[in-house]
Parts: sequence; C-alpha cells; structure tokens
Amino acid sequence: MKKALAGILLGACAQAHAGLEITVSGGETAARPIAIVPFAQSTDLGVNLADIISADLARSGQFQPKAPGDMLEKPTDAAQVNFRNWRALNIDNIVVGQVRRNGGKLSVRFQLLDVLRAQTLAGYDVDVPDPRRLRPVAHQIADLIYEKLTGVPGYFNSQIAYVAATGELKNRLFQIVIADADGVNPVTVATSREPLMSPAWSPDRTQLAYVGFERGRSAIYVHTLASGELKRFVQEKGINGAPAWSPDGRQLAVTLSFERNPDIYVMDVATGARRQLTQHFAIDTEPAWSPDGKQLAFTSDRGGQPQIYMVNASGGDARRVTFEGKQNLRARYSPDGKLLALVNVDETGYRIAVLDLASRDLRILSSGPLDESPSFAPNGAVVIYAAQGRQGAELATVSVDGRIRQRLSQPGDVREPTWSSLIR
Amino acid sequence: MKVFIKCVALAGLLTLAACAKDETRPADESTATPEADTSSTTPYSGPSAGSSVTSAAMASMPNVRIVHFAFDSSEISSDGQTLIEGWAAYLSANADAKVRLEGHCDERGTREYNVGLGERRANAVLQALTSRGVSQRQISVSSFGEERPVAEGHDEAVWQQNRRVEIAN
Repeated sequence: MKKALAGILLGACAQAHAGLEITVSGGETAARPIAIVPFAQSTDLGVNLADIISADLARSGQFQPKAPGDMLEKPTDAAQVNFRNWRALNIDNIVVGQVRRNGGKLSVRFQLLDVLRAQTLAGYDVDVPDPRRLRPVAHQIADLIYEKLTGVPGYFNSQIAYVAATGELKNRLFQIVIADADGVNPVTVATSREPLMSPAWSPDRTQLAYVGFERGRSAIYVHTLASGELKRFVQEKGINGAPAWSPDGRQLAVTLSFERNPDIYVMDVATGARRQLTQHFAIDTEPAWSPDGKQLAFTSDRGGQPQIYMVNASGGDARRVTFEGKQNLRARYSPDGKLLALVNVDETGYRIAVLDLASRDLRILSSGPLDESPSFAPNGAVVIYAAQGRQGAELATVSVDGRIRQRLSQPGDVREPTWSSLIR
Repeated sequence: MKVFIKCVALAGLLTLAACAKDETRPADESTATPEADTSSTTPYSGPSAGSSVTSAAMASMPNVRIVHFAFDSSEISSDGQTLIEGWAAYLSANADAKVRLEGHCDERGTREYNVGLGERRANAVLQALTSRGVSQRQISVSSFGEERPVAEGHDEAVWQQNRRVEIAN
C-alpha cells in the first residue's frame, strides 16, 4: 500500500495559492436590477455578506446589483423600506438583512422584496454554525435569491476541483485543488511529482476520483476528502483513466487498455467488480453518464476522427451523436440531460460547444484556440472550462447562452475544472 | 446543513496538514514521517540515460531514443524506422536488455484522448520492434498523453518535439 501510494502526498494548505483572480465580462443588457443592501453586521466578522451576495448574482449574468454608494437608503429590515426610493432607481427587487446573535449562536435573517408591488417575496433565517465560515452562508443566501427570482436552483454554494501544475517541464509539480465556486479558498488536497489528471466529484461531494502515475504507471484513485483516505481503485497494465461517477455514486466508468486498446469499463465502487462496456480497436475514452444513469456518452475515433458516441449503460451498440466539425471530444451531460458540453474542433481550433440532444443544434460557446474540459455548473446555466491564457492555462466560465464570461487565473497552469453538486 | 459538515471536514484536513512539517502528509499513516515517505519515492524525471548494457553486448545501444510523429498520427516515418532498426538489432542481440516505450502527445486534443493516442504511438513502436524479431518480453509500454512535454509553447515547432515515443531503459 505504501509503495503504491508513495508518489502522491495528501495535503492541504490554505496559503498554497493566493486564490484565483476573477475577471468578468459581458452580460448586463438583459440582467435584472437588484439591490443587496448592506446587512446589519459587525465588521469583525471578516466578510461583508452583501458584497459576496452581490458578486455572486452579478457573475451569473442574470442580475445587475446596485452599488451601495448609489442607494438612497440602507434599511436592514422590510419594515424600514421606503419603496419609492427604490422605484426611483428602477430597482426590481431589494434584499435586506441582519446578522443576529442568539446566545452564542449566529444566524442571518434576510428578506427579499418586490419593489413594484411593495411586497415581501420571502424571508429566511439561515444558521451560522461556524462564525469563521461566513462565505458559504453568503453563497447559500445568493442561491436562495437566485432560485426565488429565476425559478431555477442557484449554483453559488458549490465547489470546483481542478489540476494545478507549477514549475517547468521535468520539475513540474502537480496538485489537485478544491476551491469555492467563486475561486476563493483554494485548498490543495493532493500533490505529486508525476502527472495528476481527470478529477471527478462523487455525486455527494465526499470523494474525488482522479488519475495519478507511480513511476510511470497510471492508476485511478478514490480520495475521501473528510478523512484524507486515498485508495488505489484500479491499476491495470496500460491506461487507467477518465473516471466518471454514475449518478447514484455506486459505479465508476473508467478507461482501461489492459486488453490491448482503450475501452470503457463500468466498475462497482464498493467491490471493484467490473464489466466491459465498449469493445472496439479504436480509442474509446472519456465516458460521461447521463443524469438518469441509463446511458453514457464517450469519445471514440472508430470512424477515423474522434467523435462523441452514446451507448446504453447495460451495453450494446454505440451510436454516433456528433457530426459537425472535424472532431468532437470529451462530452459532459447537462444536469437535465438535454445538452452535451464538449470540445468541438475545426480550422479555428479547439472550442467549447453545447449540443442540444433533441434538436441536434451545436452552439459554439468559446473562441479557442485551445479550450478543453467543459463541466456544467450544478444548475446547468454555466459551463466552466480550461483555456490558454497569458500566464498559462487558466479557467473560464461562460453562461450556456454565451452571454456572460469570466476568467479565473493564477500563476502556473490551472486546468481540468470540474464542478461539484450544489451544497444546500 | 451539509455545507458546514463539509467545511469542518476540510478544516480538519487543514489541521492535519499543518501538523506535518512541510505542509504535506503521507498518504499512508503507517509510514514513519513525511520525510521518510517522500524520500522513499523516486520522483519521476523522465527516461534515464543510464545503461544496463554490459560489455558482452553484440550490437551497441543506439544513442537516439526519440521517435517523432505527425499530428494525431501513430505512423512511423522512415527516419523513425531507421532508428527502430538500430534498437531492434540491439535488443535482439541482448536478450536481457529491456526498454520502456513512453508515448507522448502535443497539447492539442483532450487529455484523456491523448493518453490513448500516446499509447497507440508506443504500441506502433512496439510492433515495429517485434516485427523485427524483438521479444515482447523485453518491452513495456506506457503513455503520458500531453502531460509530460519536453518543450513549452503553442506553435508547431514546439508541438513537433512533444509528439514522440521515448525509448527508455
């Protein structure tokens, strides 16, 4: 066991990175005006709740939060609100709130108001079990506001896992990093001198599966985040790659090549029992489960060029689903199962696209030239991916309608982002 | 709320990490110290130039170790064939000698697909060697995809160097 895992060190260090630097562009034209009035809170809490909520909502592209300096009043409870002051600013909705202390416990009470109707749409009390961790509470509040006003669940209180690579060529250091969805609080959970690849969240967010190498041999690991337990899940001769959790978390689809060439296998997480899902002399890899668990999309070059195919989870013949562009690779299903995000290749390079599975429309979302690894936000409204930036590979997000974009960068390469499910 | 359970758990990991001197901790708790675990690991630093060949070698070991490929191709060029010819002669004459074929790709294409492509390239070299009479037992194959470039940059001059199979021993 020791030998097998010797190449990978588990570790966490909050200071490992300064954090991802975020740049937002686009949006605004169709965004709805909202005001998150500064909450009644003491400054020693370390974070400004209204600022974080405003930043989340602004990043979604769906909202245009008013700057506090432009507000005519700063109420912290619905009873104090003079709606005329907000109609004058053409604000649709305002949020007021306060941090409350009951004994030793903190909670946040906030209200979401409809300015035109002069009504309270919703009021919530959110517990704060750990006053040192207020950011997740702010994200949770942003999710509640987003869901109430758009009818779709939010995605702010979630995490991204990604691979960071620093150092030149042979001295490269590989890390698996987990950060909040806004790029804040990056924590390194594994470090290796050999490549780390393909992180994949378990549906319940308690585990990550990823690929590592030990003296040149690849293996798939399952890393339990709370305990730090790292289990070598499979290490066959040849390729052990592309782990993908089934929606119920009980199976991992993986790529193995020990039977001569890369094929997709489905493995039981608890027992390690496996069955071969695809059997072709081509490269079959990069499996992804449909949200209902009934089929998998995967990349195959059985037709000469890599394209996306689908196969029933129970097996059988694969059918090709992509036809536009020279190549299409590494598909991921949207949470509702209606779209595939993938890498589309033509003369202009490698770009992120979404394929509507019903209409077969392919919408290009990024400009390339070397974009890869798309992953849907838990509500399906945003796709995160890796792109080539000025400092190296960096992360980027784009709304599924292509309207709003952001870049998340840090020195060195950051790549293979993968979005967790929503933390409610 | 689940979020806080999760956060406490991560905070616990942080604490554990802080206990280890170098802010990392060994994967296996049974090992003595992070230092011992780290030092027992040989960081992979590419194929070594070291030789296991003895003076009894009948054919000498070729000094060129890299076979290059065209984009998205595993076809071996005539230069590559010449190079493999030399290795085949060496391996056939030295039945104890072993080589590891490491397939690599340029940065274009997705990462896991490139792992597959790198293995295909390494297998092409394997087949070229075995078709010249080398025993398969002398050869092992691995692929790093695009994870281990030898040159950095985003143009064809760089990509060309990175599309390769390294013959290591």
